This record gives sequence, C-alpha cells and structure tokens, in this order.
Amino acid sequence: MSDTVNRQQIFLSGLGGQGILFITHLLAETAVSMGYNTHTAETHGMAQRGGVVVSHLKVGAFTSPLIRPGMADILMLLSRGNMEPHRLYLKPGGIIIGNASPAKAAPEGLWIDADAAALEIGQPRSTNLVLVGFAVSAMKKIGRGMFCAADDIRNALYAKLSGRDKILESSLAAFEYGIACAERGKDG
Amino acid sequence: MTTRVLMTGNESIARGLIENGCSMALSYPGTPASEILPAVAKWRNALALPMHVRWAVNEKIAFETAYAGSIAGLRTAVSMKQVGLNVALDPFMSAAYMGVKGGFIVISADDPGPHSSQTEQDSRMTAMCALVPTLDPSDPEQAGDFVGLAYELSESYEVPVMLRPTTRVCHGGQDIGLNEIFSRPCNPELIRDPARWAATPKFRYDLHKKLNEKLSAIAEYALTEPRCLNPDVKASKAVIASGVAYAHLKEIAEDLGLTADVAIWQVVQPFPLHKKFIADLLSGYDEILVIEETSPVIEMQISDRYKVRGRMSGHVPRAGELLPETVEDLVREFCGLPARHVTPPSGIVSKRPCLCAGCPHRASFFAAKKAFPDAIYTSDIGCYTLGANLGAIDTVLCMGASIGQASGFYHAFSLAGKHKDVVATIGDSTFFHSGTAPLMDAVIQDSRFVLVILDNFTTAMTGNQPTPACGIDACGSDMPKLAIEDVVKGCGAGFCRVGNPYDLPDFISLLKEAGSYAKERGVAVVIARYPCLVDKRGRDARADIIGVEVSERCNGCGYCIKQFECPAIEYDEVNRRAVINQAACSGCGVCLHVCPSGAIEKAGGDE
Repeated sequence: MSDTVNRQQIFLSGLGGQGILFITHLLAETAVSMGYNTHTAETHGMAQRGGVVVSHLKVGAFTSPLIRPGMADILMLLSRGNMEPHRLYLKPGGIIIGNASPAKAAPEGLWIDADAAALEIGQPRSTNLVLVGFAVSAMKKIGRGMFCAADDIRNALYAKLSGRDKILESSLAAFEYGIACAERGKDG
Repeated sequence: MTTRVLMTGNESIARGLIENGCSMALSYPGTPASEILPAVAKWRNALALPMHVRWAVNEKIAFETAYAGSIAGLRTAVSMKQVGLNVALDPFMSAAYMGVKGGFIVISADDPGPHSSQTEQDSRMTAMCALVPTLDPSDPEQAGDFVGLAYELSESYEVPVMLRPTTRVCHGGQDIGLNEIFSRPCNPELIRDPARWAATPKFRYDLHKKLNEKLSAIAEYALTEPRCLNPDVKASKAVIASGVAYAHLKEIAEDLGLTADVAIWQVVQPFPLHKKFIADLLSGYDEILVIEETSPVIEMQISDRYKVRGRMSGHVPRAGELLPETVEDLVREFCGLPARHVTPPSGIVSKRPCLCAGCPHRASFFAAKKAFPDAIYTSDIGCYTLGANLGAIDTVLCMGASIGQASGFYHAFSLAGKHKDVVATIGDSTFFHSGTAPLMDAVIQDSRFVLVILDNFTTAMTGNQPTPACGIDACGSDMPKLAIEDVVKGCGAGFCRVGNPYDLPDFISLLKEAGSYAKERGVAVVIARYPCLVDKRGRDARADIIGVEVSERCNGCGYCIKQFECPAIEYDEVNRRAVINQAACSGCGVCLHVCPSGAIEKAGGDE
C-alpha cells in the first residue's frame, strides 16, 4: 500500500468497446483487496453501443459514487477525443494519463500510444490494460503514486481471471508491456 | 472478519434476496435493473438453492407469478425497471389492497437522467399512488441490507414493499461484506380466503380501509425511521435527502464542514413518511431543504409548505439527474456559502451511440428504406432504436407500440382516402413482451402494414438475456421454447416469412413482396433472422466472414457513412474517401450492396 495516498479519485473515460468497465473493475478490486473503502459508477445500456463511456472510481473514505468536477486526482483517457469534454473533472494539479498517437498527444499529462503498443504485442483489444500498466509505472516514476502498486494490480488480475489461463496470460502480457513502455520513457 | 468483495448495487440486492431466503425471483430485463436476476441465478446455482429464478415474458407476468408465491407463503421478489412497473401496474395496484403472506418485494429501478429510458418517472410516486410502502437505498451496500428490512416490513404488515434503487445505486460498485446463507423451509400453502384473494368490489372497500390502517402504522415503524447523521447538532436548518442524493449530501456536508451547523437527515422510507418525523421537522427547524430523485415524494408529504424548499418550490431542478455538483450548489446556496467555482467544458462529446459493426438490424433498416423509401417507420424499444440514426425510424413510444402505432397511422391516412406505406420494426424479445396483443388487434382491425420482427435470438440491449425462443432459462438450464412464426400465425397474420437481412438484395425483395400483400390483404410479417454478434451464441453461429475494401471508385460522396452508419466504415478527411477500419469490421459483407458507385468490394477479390 502506498504510504502517501489514502484517498484517490480516478475518472476513466473512453468509447464503448474499449474495455473501460474491465479496468474500472480491476482497479476497484485491487482497492478492495488492499482494504480500502471503494466506490465505482459506470455506464450501461444504450451508451455502451459505441458511445462515450465513463467510469468513476473513488478509493478511500467517500460516500458518493460520483466524482464532482474539479475533484479527480487522475483523468485516465482511453480516447484522446474525450480529454476536452472531461478535462473539467480534474482537480488543479491532477494528472492526465492518456492513450494517443505521438502526433495527437496533448502537451500536458503522461501519454502512451496504447493502441499501437497493443498491436505490437498482437492484442489490439488490450489497449485498456496497456494503459493501466503504463499509468501505475509512469506515475511512480514522477513521484505521484497511485493508490496501489503494480504488484497489487497483478494480484488482482490473478484473482479476477483465475481459471481462465489464456485470458490471464494475455492480460498480464498487456499490463507488463504498459509498464515496460513507461520504464523506457515511451510516451508522446 | 467477513470477506469484503466488490459488488454492484444489483449484485448486492441479489445477495440480499439470497441471504434472506427468497424462494421465487422473477424479472424482465431493463436497464438499470437487468443484472439483478442473473446475480440471483448465479448464487442459486453455486449454492444449489431450491429457488425458482426466471425471466418472464414481461413485467406484469413476472409480478403476478412472484406475487402468487407470496400468497402461498413464500418469500418472493420481482425486479424491473421503472417503465416496466407501468406494464405491471394493474397487478401492483390491486396487490396493495389484498396484501401478502410471505414477504414480497417489488424492486423497481429508476433512471434519473435518463441514461437508458423513455422517462425519468419516480417509482416512489407510483408506489404512493398504489399505497405501497417504499424503501430508498443510498448505496449498493444499503440496497442489499434493505432487502432484509423490506421482508420484515412486508411480513409484519402483510403488504408488498417496494425497493427503489436508482441507476447510480444499481450500477454503482462498492466493497460489501458477505453474510451467511441460511436455508429456509419451503412449505407453500394456499389458505383459501376468496373474500381477500378474489375480492369483489364490496370486499375491496374493506381492503382499502385496512390498507390505510396498515399505512398509518407503517408511518410509525421504528426500523425504517429517518436517520440523522449528526443527532447532537443544534441547528435551525435541516437538509433531508433520500437515495443516492443522500450519499452525495453526506460527502459534501463533510467536505464543506457543515455537520456542525446543519442537521443532515436520510429518509429511508419515503412513503409513507414517518408522522413524528414530519412533526419534529416542522417544530424543530426554520428552514428545510429536501433533495430527492426524481419527484417531490418526501417534499409533498411535509404539510407546511412555508418552511420547505425542494422541487415544488422551484429550488431543486425539476428534471434531470441530481449530480453531486448540483447537490453541492443547492447545499451551498441553502447554507449561505459562496458559489462553487465552475469550469465550463472545453469540448463536447461528439461520439453518439450507434448500431455495432455487423449488426443485422442495420441491414434490416437499410433494406426497409430501400423497399419503402416514403414509408412511415414506427419502431420500438431496444438496440434497434438506434436505427433512428439511419433515418429508418419515425416514432418510438413504449414497449410494443410500434405495432399499435402502425395500425393507427394506416387508419389515419385511409380515413382521408390515402394509402401510405407503414413499416413497423420490433425486436424479438419486445415482440414477445408486448407485441402479440397489438398484432391480433391489427389483424382484426384490418390494418395494412408491414411488420418486421428483428429476430437476433437475444435481448441484446440489456445484456443478451435469453428470449422465449431460446429455450434457455435464467439459470442456464433448458426449458420449453416458442417459435416466433407460430406465434405470428396464431395471432392471425396471413403473411409470415423469414429472411436473412445479410442477404440484402433477397431481403429487400421479400420486404417488397410483403408490402404488396399488406396493401391488398392485411398485416404482413417478415421475420428478419440473424444472430446478434455481441452474443456469444450469435458469434458461434456465424457463417462466412467476408473481408471488404474500398476501391478507387469511391468518390467520397459519404452515402455509406450517412445512410448505413457502420462504425467500421470511416471517412478519411484528408483523401476525401471512405475507408474500412479492418479492426472494427465484422466481415458481414452487407456494405457490398450499399455504395451507389459500387466502390465497396470483396477484399482481394476480382469484384
């Protein structure tokens, strides 16, 4: 468990089909396994059909499932186009972590071409886990830890996908590749 | 220490049903309530519990089935979305009078926003109208806890009890402790009492009086009394909230340091509101702010309007979800704090939902436009409502209305001596839910239109629950099944043909044939049959995958983008032409027939 973080609000934003729900659950299960009070809010129903999908993750002493504008510690973007509409959720000094090609990445924040990275490892549908691996590692690198360490997420992945060896293996590969990208400074 | 696991509100409600000995659980899928029943089924299977867990054909039947179990003395539950309660309103109103034996919970999930619904209606208001006591949980954990409370209340007073979560509770996730499961004896028994269970109007009058007495007592029921966050505070102002609005309020009040100055109350049972609470509010505070979704149910029960601010007074917005920032603004204003600093969004969300790549409904809608370019298109509730993006839908009202409305449009025009092509589209699950009665009606009214039943073997929009044609129950076991063709013929339609919308030219011909029949003889039904690609069963049943590409013949007219709207066909702004996003393409091959210039071709093929 991180020494400094006892409350963290993460706003996740992407498009239907990008796997926002999966990584929201993964991070939330990580938080629960670490003993944190945890709240999530997510989009279901018609909006999932290719529309904009957002999740709210609140770790620590909160009661509302939703993040108010200006309160998110982290804005995690699976789609570059969602930055402008959802930027307002970020608190002053909060961190943007996003997926975009180097040409499209914004000047502020930590960016990775997670789509390209996922293709490189032959898993075009694992953009989401590449981004999570990148996030936990890149934030540590700049001294702004997430509520959890890479090992905590790894353990949660094992628990979440136990008995589904093939998916577990590919999910771990994507997660580790995201970490490796952060370590060698591969960002926009 | 109990294990804490991440659960959604829907899973928590399901767990509550399991932990409290529910024997029969029924439902019809609808966002945001859809995941309750599958979670019940999951634990029923895992623990091998003796439970009847089923999707019903619609909410009314789900209600009546679960209610009968309660009359027989079992603990039962029915779950649905708020507009589903409209479908079940007839038995709901009546069951309140007759009451229950075993505990009976009506779970009606509201969707303020609305995120995925036709209305923002408040089920608590419907419960008030029906005289049914209602519990309003503020988070997933409370939603599960309130199941036990609802059963106690239901059995103590022999009344149905409504549990009313909202989208943020249903689809919120929270760390929740699991309690033990106790097995309960299942001893169904019908104690004959026709004056109650088959009451004639004379007896209904007595039942109504009895129900009023029960409600008076429930307005003093200790276990559901409003809860004060800061009972020691000396305050002239009070903020009252229920549901998720209370979860927002609590966090905001603590963030803003208001708990030393303002009394913060959670109303657990919005109807009937506790009598003593109302009296204490009015004698104890000078100003009262009520925050609740989405109707002023608590507010209107506080008789002295002078002190109360809420939706009726115009202080709280009368439409839309109460987001935490809205709650913060309300609380700041009420407590005389400076307004929140607001950052306007610097961009707009431009991506609208659309039908999936390879969705067979897209092909059906495109075919309908080709076959009947000037028709009135009535449609219905489901994924296929997104056919509106393709310009193939003029009206959507409620479950099953495509057929009744098609009938209505036909007769409206024929009154003026005009023939107008009318094409109704309805999904397979929706057809079973409420399409059969209007189809019978259309036959006997001699209405002339084409009905296209979009049969993708699943209830796709709400998460691919099985339909009555699937032969699989909610627990994954085999069950008897129905054939849509048989039902259509049984309803009296003289024309019923099945086609595959992926074979676009043939399917267009079939629709035209149906159109000719309809014009001369009566309702013509075409079943557009192809499985949903989101559903695993559908993917497994896939035939050939057809790779496509855009040739040099593309002149960038954008017809395919506007008229077909497949997420796998993108417009390359730089080169001004359509391109296939191969990662998104499902290989359905339907677009081969779409381009007016014939520029979409089989990949690697010679044409």
